[in-house]
Amino acid sequence: MSTMIDDEVGTAPPQRPTKRQRRAANIADAASGGVRMLLVKMLFLAILDAVALYAAFILVTGGQWLVAALVALVAAVVNWIYFSRRRLPAKYLAPGIIFLVVFQVFVLIYTGYIAFTNYGTGHNGSKEQAVSSLMASSLQRVEDSPTYPVTVVDQFGTLGLLVTDPDGDALVGTNDQPLQEVDAEMEGGEAVAVDGWTSLSFADVLARTDEITELAVPFSDDPNDGAVRTPDGSNAYLYVSSLEYDEAAGTMTDLSSGTVYSDIGTGAFTSGDGEELLPGWQIVVGFDNFVRAVTDERLAEPLVYVTLWTFAFALISVASTFFLGLFLAIVFNDMRMRGRRYYRVLMILPYAIPSFLSALIWAGMMNESFGFINQVLLGGASVPWLTDPWMAKVSVLLVNLWLGFPYMFLVTTGALQSIPDDITEAATVDGAKPWQVFRLIKLPLLLVSVAPLLIASFAFNFNNFNVIYMLTDGGPRDSSAPIPVGFTDILISMVYKVAFTGQSRDYGLASAYSIIIFIVVAVISIIAFRRTKTLEELN
Amino acid sequence: MAKRPVPASAAGVIAGAIDERADASTRPGTADGDAPRNFAKRPFSFRRWFFATGWRHIVGVIMVAFALLPIVFVVSSSLNPRGTLTGSNALFSAIGFDSYIRILTDPQVPYPTWFGNTILVASVTAIGTVFLGALAAYSFSRMRFTGRRVGLITIVVVQMFPQLLAVVAIFLLMSAIGDWFPAIGLNTQVGLIMVYLGGALGVNTYLMYGFFNTIPASIDEAAKIDGAGHARIFFTIILRLTAPILAVVALLSFIFTVNEFVVASVLLIDSEKQTLAVGLTKLVSNPRYADWSAFSAGAVMAALPVVALFLFLQKYIVGGLTAGAVK
Repeated sequence: MSTMIDDEVGTAPPQRPTKRQRRAANIADAASGGVRMLLVKMLFLAILDAVALYAAFILVTGGQWLVAALVALVAAVVNWIYFSRRRLPAKYLAPGIIFLVVFQVFVLIYTGYIAFTNYGTGHNGSKEQAVSSLMASSLQRVEDSPTYPVTVVDQFGTLGLLVTDPDGDALVGTNDQPLQEVDAEMEGGEAVAVDGWTSLSFADVLARTDEITELAVPFSDDPNDGAVRTPDGSNAYLYVSSLEYDEAAGTMTDLSSGTVYSDIGTGAFTSGDGEELLPGWQIVVGFDNFVRAVTDERLAEPLVYVTLWTFAFALISVASTFFLGLFLAIVFNDMRMRGRRYYRVLMILPYAIPSFLSALIWAGMMNESFGFINQVLLGGASVPWLTDPWMAKVSVLLVNLWLGFPYMFLVTTGALQSIPDDITEAATVDGAKPWQVFRLIKLPLLLVSVAPLLIASFAFNFNNFNVIYMLTDGGPRDSSAPIPVGFTDILISMVYKVAFTGQSRDYGLASAYSIIIFIVVAVISIIAFRRTKTLEELN
Repeated sequence: MAKRPVPASAAGVIAGAIDERADASTRPGTADGDAPRNFAKRPFSFRRWFFATGWRHIVGVIMVAFALLPIVFVVSSSLNPRGTLTGSNALFSAIGFDSYIRILTDPQVPYPTWFGNTILVASVTAIGTVFLGALAAYSFSRMRFTGRRVGLITIVVVQMFPQLLAVVAIFLLMSAIGDWFPAIGLNTQVGLIMVYLGGALGVNTYLMYGFFNTIPASIDEAAKIDGAGHARIFFTIILRLTAPILAVVALLSFIFTVNEFVVASVLLIDSEKQTLAVGLTKLVSNPRYADWSAFSAGAVMAALPVVALFLFLQKYIVGGLTAGAVK
């Protein structure tokens, strides 16, 4: 609200500026900005408005009214902020906040929503989309269909068919757009070109054969009327679906077998004996995903061991890197030692290399039959570094120790050196042995300063996707689980694999797993903020 | 030690490195509280030397060997003209740059494209992050407004939830955007950069906020009296004075983006659009791809800029912070 640039940082309570002060500030602003600044501002806003207008237009034509309204609203607010003489803080915060809200806050909330849906392979879209794709996938050529001469046409990359029906009328349509009558240029009783579309030449037709044979242009708005398809790009035939959709009853009937599939609220047409027609559609399933994750035995067991391993992995990683780092910091914190700088630079190198590369290299070195460690260091042994469930865990921890100790080394070195010497001297004068000095004085002081970093390190390792995925890919694979999960998977890599790998993608279940991570991360944050009093100190 | 809890792991390094240098320059000789040492000439005793510092060298050599083992291995196999993993086991048995040429010219592996993509995505993300973060940090540091404390707290809290946790939702959001606006949706680098910028107001803003607070407000006042408006103060004074922290944030963001796999692998589908992290990981995890030394060559080339930046970053931070940009 107020615009006191000159307010000294940290003084409270802030005073409202008087009217005179505000006017003075405005005059100063106006005097300093100049025309150039104003022009730049106008230019940016003009570009932004143009983009927003275009976006809103596209969305409105697609029927996305809510999103279009949101885009317009955001654009209006941005304009208001930057044209207003006040709202100074908002001018500086708006750009970052827009990105933050869309790509961080919204997606977190959206994850929570997806966890309550059946979103995934086979349940990707709306019911209408499911109906049309079911009908399209069961199209069969009508035995005595008339032959329709066609010309393949293109509009901005979308292929369509220009059809001449037996009455001599020209019709055009695409996969999504049913046939509509048009005024076409006729040649020998066949439509060959139409305004707004480019007719494909014979060579183009050959080049895009695959796309063209996939085309199925609906005959009318009613999916039961079938579609027109062309096997060769010059003649088309009528195809009708072997399924019949009854919109009023909400049922699909298989005309060849007579089976009736009805919508029983599970997001797919289901027959009396439980057989589902896929694709189905997306519905809210409530706590189904969560219930499934903990009660389905084949899912619950992986969830338990993955969760336990995630905690073990994060804890052991923090502990091992911290103690190794601390040990090294003590060892190399002796001024009498020569060449400490060289040791230090060389030991920091693992931290400087991108971790995805390091993990991939370690994976190669740990290869059971050809890897450097087995073949050279162990003289031809065949230690199953990455293929045995327990050895794989050890390997992951070892590689993560390699990746993480330099960081802890740097941090503890800094923390150790910031402990004043006189404390040590006083203790020594009082007769403390070096070990006592370390154990009773330095270590507690050190822990006070590095505890927040240890908590942050725990939170980081809890979601340390790269090292797991690149090194073992979560493997070895647990073949008894119905989802692609392995014995070294942590929660976040399990989420990734359930959602994006394997034969069927299950976004709903993956999001439900994400919620578990949210809860753990929230608990860690609460502990961290309690401990460090970060939030209280903010001013 | 880190005076302020700096949540990002890399940020802690900075704090550690800064303090370490600063302390090393001012402190006297003793370090561990050992008994005072006598520097009078005494005959050299191996035993005494060993118990004082010699054993430390042994620890150092062991640790350096551990730290360098994979690095030496990958450099060696990248120089090995023979391709396989087994062929790479004899370290430095053959030296040649064939594998570098292979990875750069293999028509199946668009390595140069990946490299360019990575540099592009990481640079734009770094610049965007610095700009958005600096704007926010300026307003938090220099202005008093309703909701300021809440805003600061929100930023600190939200940053605890990294974007990769919401990767499923990000994928679905971007594919929905892609349905309407293919230019910024799924399978575009612009879309990926936008997603990364969603994390711009996170730990980086907090880092910059702390640094902005150390610049005396009297400088702003002086400029204001001389007739500078808020925008001029920000662009011509504050941004110049805070250049060290801006460089640090840019480099941290750059390194983070180079290393980011989860979101990039989900959003970038075409091989031609992928970044190094995605491309190289998919390449080497393909069981049919057996050219280990070409991969090693790619890894060495990919790591070099980041390692260089990292070593440069350490020096720059220490120099920038201790020299004192403000008189």
